[in-house]
Amino acid sequence: MSQIVLPQSQISYLSDGVSLRSWLLTTDHKRIAILYMISITFFFFLGGSAAALIRYNLLVPQGMIQSAETYNRLFTMHGIIMVWFFLVPAVPVTIGNFMLPLMLGARDLAFPKLNLISWYLFMAGGACALYALFSGGIDTGWTFYTPLSSNYAQGHVAAVVIGIFISGFSSIATGLNFIVTIHRLRAPGLTWYRLPVFVWSLYSTSVIFVLATPVLAITLILLLFETLFHVGVFDPRLGGDPLLFQHLFWFYSHPAVYIMILPGLGVVSEIIPVFARKELFGYKFVVWASVSIAVIAFFVWGHHMFVSGQSLFASVTFSLLSYFVAVPSAIKVFNWLGTLHKGHIRFDAPMIYAFGFIGLFTMGGLTGLFLAALAADVELHDTYFVVAHFHYIMVGGMVSAYFAALHYWWPKMTGKMYPEMLARAAALLMFLGFNVTFFPQFILGYLGMPRRYHAYPPEFQVLNVLSSAGATILAAAYLMPLVYLTFSLFRGDRAPANPWGGLGLEWQTPSPPFTINFVVTPVVTKGPYEFPKPGIEPSDV
Amino acid sequence: MSEEVAPHTHFQYADATHQSDTAVAGMWLFLASEVLFFGGLIIAWMFCRHWQPAGFDAGGRETVLWIGTLNLFLLITSSFVYSSGLAFMEAGNIRRLVQCCVVTMAIGTLFLLLKFYEWHIDLSENLFPAGPFKITGTDAGGARMFWSFYFVATVLHALHMIIGVGLVGWVAVQARRGAFDDGWYTPVEVVGLYWSFVDIVWIVLYPVIYLVGRG
Amino acid sequence: MRLTLPLAASTGAQTDLLLLGLLAVSLAVLGLVFWLMLVYAIRYRHNSPVDRGALAEKSFRFEISWTVATLVIFFGLFIWGSTIYVRLYQPPANALKVYVVAKQWMWKIEHAGGQREINALHIPVDTPIELIMTSEDVIHDFFVPAFRVKRDVLPGQYETMWFRPDRIGTYHLFCSQFCGTAHSNMIGDVVVMSAQDYAGWLTTSGGGKTLAAQGKGLFIRYGCAGCHLGGGTVRAPSLVGLYGSPVPLSDGSTAIADDRYIRDSIMQPKSQVVASYEPIMPSFANVIGEDDLVRLVAYIHSLAAEKHG
Repeated sequence: MSQIVLPQSQISYLSDGVSLRSWLLTTDHKRIAILYMISITFFFFLGGSAAALIRYNLLVPQGMIQSAETYNRLFTMHGIIMVWFFLVPAVPVTIGNFMLPLMLGARDLAFPKLNLISWYLFMAGGACALYALFSGGIDTGWTFYTPLSSNYAQGHVAAVVIGIFISGFSSIATGLNFIVTIHRLRAPGLTWYRLPVFVWSLYSTSVIFVLATPVLAITLILLLFETLFHVGVFDPRLGGDPLLFQHLFWFYSHPAVYIMILPGLGVVSEIIPVFARKELFGYKFVVWASVSIAVIAFFVWGHHMFVSGQSLFASVTFSLLSYFVAVPSAIKVFNWLGTLHKGHIRFDAPMIYAFGFIGLFTMGGLTGLFLAALAADVELHDTYFVVAHFHYIMVGGMVSAYFAALHYWWPKMTGKMYPEMLARAAALLMFLGFNVTFFPQFILGYLGMPRRYHAYPPEFQVLNVLSSAGATILAAAYLMPLVYLTFSLFRGDRAPANPWGGLGLEWQTPSPPFTINFVVTPVVTKGPYEFPKPGIEPSDV
Repeated sequence: MSEEVAPHTHFQYADATHQSDTAVAGMWLFLASEVLFFGGLIIAWMFCRHWQPAGFDAGGRETVLWIGTLNLFLLITSSFVYSSGLAFMEAGNIRRLVQCCVVTMAIGTLFLLLKFYEWHIDLSENLFPAGPFKITGTDAGGARMFWSFYFVATVLHALHMIIGVGLVGWVAVQARRGAFDDGWYTPVEVVGLYWSFVDIVWIVLYPVIYLVGRG
Repeated sequence: MRLTLPLAASTGAQTDLLLLGLLAVSLAVLGLVFWLMLVYAIRYRHNSPVDRGALAEKSFRFEISWTVATLVIFFGLFIWGSTIYVRLYQPPANALKVYVVAKQWMWKIEHAGGQREINALHIPVDTPIELIMTSEDVIHDFFVPAFRVKRDVLPGQYETMWFRPDRIGTYHLFCSQFCGTAHSNMIGDVVVMSAQDYAGWLTTSGGGKTLAAQGKGLFIRYGCAGCHLGGGTVRAPSLVGLYGSPVPLSDGSTAIADDRYIRDSIMQPKSQVVASYEPIMPSFANVIGEDDLVRLVAYIHSLAAEKHG
């Protein structure tokens, strides 16, 4: 086999060209990851601003924002941006893009050009959706339930749908790229059971990307057809069936929830062993828990429809399957605790985020049990209880995981250390702010406050004000990393190759890595978490 | 001068076989995604038909059977021709490959022309589901829905066909330029997979569109 | 500020018990997880001198035991939740029927006696109430937190829901499925009254002709009577005594003639044709509005009583 010698192989990917062109036409997975990171940071703060206005409106029972229509457009925008343009691409596409080849000992993804095209598709979809959201917006909710969205809603439903449709291609292309890369580009000796759990979770996520996104695509095409020509596929007045839309929509959107959480579970499974200096407890169980979540995720969509008029038999079946999908999640939590047991635990910022993740994810998961229990769901469905539940998973879980990953791999990605004390403070503040914001919403939901209400009965005001106060703390906590991470780019200390003492392949490259990642392809001889056994004091790096 | 050793191999691959197998695997995954795309459409179609079979069948009887059937034979033939081209490529006969590509493109274009003609007939008979509609009475609702699915499905399939003709043309140009040799012709294989898939989609759509209503 | 939700329906007591059970399980698990995190974080901090001893090498036993434990608990919760749910959707035969027609953005309530009200529902205490609900436009959702019930209200079909209020008072009615601009104004009051007050309310709210009587007029106006009543029942089945009885269908199956069946038979007559009749009835979809449909269904319902009475 001929060793391909590349020119300038020993140059950091950040120094390998500084022109705008060298960034916008790059096929380097690391640079594309940075492009994604900049894009999703923009989308995150945009969606966050909408959230801030939502919380502002709910300070008083009659609503601080005069018009209900404006409020409806705001929460629709918040949902669409956060789901499709932040959460879906956050950890899998951004962090995954950067880390996957490094963790596999590969020089790039299998299809680097496709990877760049994915980013352009993502941006094209985002631009299309943004155009629609800013030239009037839409008031359908991110779920687009028919016939409201197809024949009653105002605004540019078609443009938003096209935007999401285009960004769907980006998801499919990325998922395909990841799966093929994991199958074909592992370093010698990197067997399946030596793969880091994060790689396994990216694999599971990619399967959902490739198999669920096309169903969303065809659903959106049918919705678009109905919206443009006023023919009925989903509108009962024209002979269609509105429940068909919900079935098709949730067939994508429920697995999509796992697109948003599985990579987060993977990140935490990376961080905990490193900062506990101990082998991941029950590696194979954690791995197969990810895979089984991805599989079962395809068969639980009906739990969004317990009060929608689907048949009794369907509801009971989906309830049972929903409990099954919760089992692997519980297994993961127990295994993380098993990993902490008898470890040498350090509390650097990524670990604090990971601890926060475990707590919030557990609460989100447990409240999921309420919603999976049929009779309890009849009371809690479409109330703030549901809002709180999925924010505990999506924000408490996934956004915490994103920040954990960002801090954990920041030295690798940028070659700079972030200010540790500020980062710990931000992590704690985020945990606090998050709970003050969303815990009251569980109670609001139990008391019966429905979702998506611009105005509400006065007895709900105290809890709403509390929630809005928490949102202020949360907003401050989210701004902190934006400031100090940016600051660290210019003034941060130089990062060593392996600041945390991790054992993965990504730590065997310099920080930041060379453009070709590995000058000599590494050979793997042991698992990713085989830390020295206790008794031997781990050497500080 | 390793560039001469493996001119098509990207730096992340060990060798040409490694890269070629990876590309084929990628195409298969893409087709899996496509199966779910058209699968979702056909499941929605069958679900809606289940509630109003009479209307759907009344709509289905208005389709132009001879064009659909002719197109079915055209596509099967084109897949055969393209596969022959691939076999010629494997045997190192690039000239034959180019000829096969041109014939495949011609058949594909003929398919599309026939399809456009069929849409023209459909539209002139007021079979577009929005606006004034040919079928009235109790079956109108189901028939309109049949024609909604018909147009969505055939337009999506035709888009795939247009992309396919373009890809086959690209293969032909590359082949003529001498970009392939008997050691490396991955794009020919990958495009072949795609072309066969688009053919298979039509084989599935054909009975759903033209036969079910007449059965 | 109260942190508990008043319960005003006997049918909701079991839901509350289930919620308590779920809360207990959640708190136990959450307590365990947080406690272990705290203990490990202190005891096994990196500079803690505590003796770690030997690690448990066999993780298999732990894995199996906590997986099985989780499965058993979850299965128990599933059975518990489903049992109550199944009961929630089986109204007793003697339930008082009230029709609900939702539209952007109001609730129109039609009582059997012909009383109509908007964004309010007056019902007697200690009586099972069955709501038969449909929508004129988009999907809405009828949600009464104090009764622990909600159900989506779909256009183009009937959804039913029942409860038995057991406390006199006024309770919130919310639309809980997002339905457009004034979604949060689509609210109302559910007034539970004593039997006497309810009787008084029925008389003062007038209504004139009962729903069924109004339906009878429509039955003649839309031409239904020509085929379905009196001597004309050769081409079409008679509707006397139909409501609630099994109907043999032309495809060999049997349907129960409930509200949903009657509605579907008017709107999509070809979907369920009665055995030994020709499918000649025209569809009344887009001809009869939801308000009139409710009256027709109530009239056909009253024909059942005619036969028995």
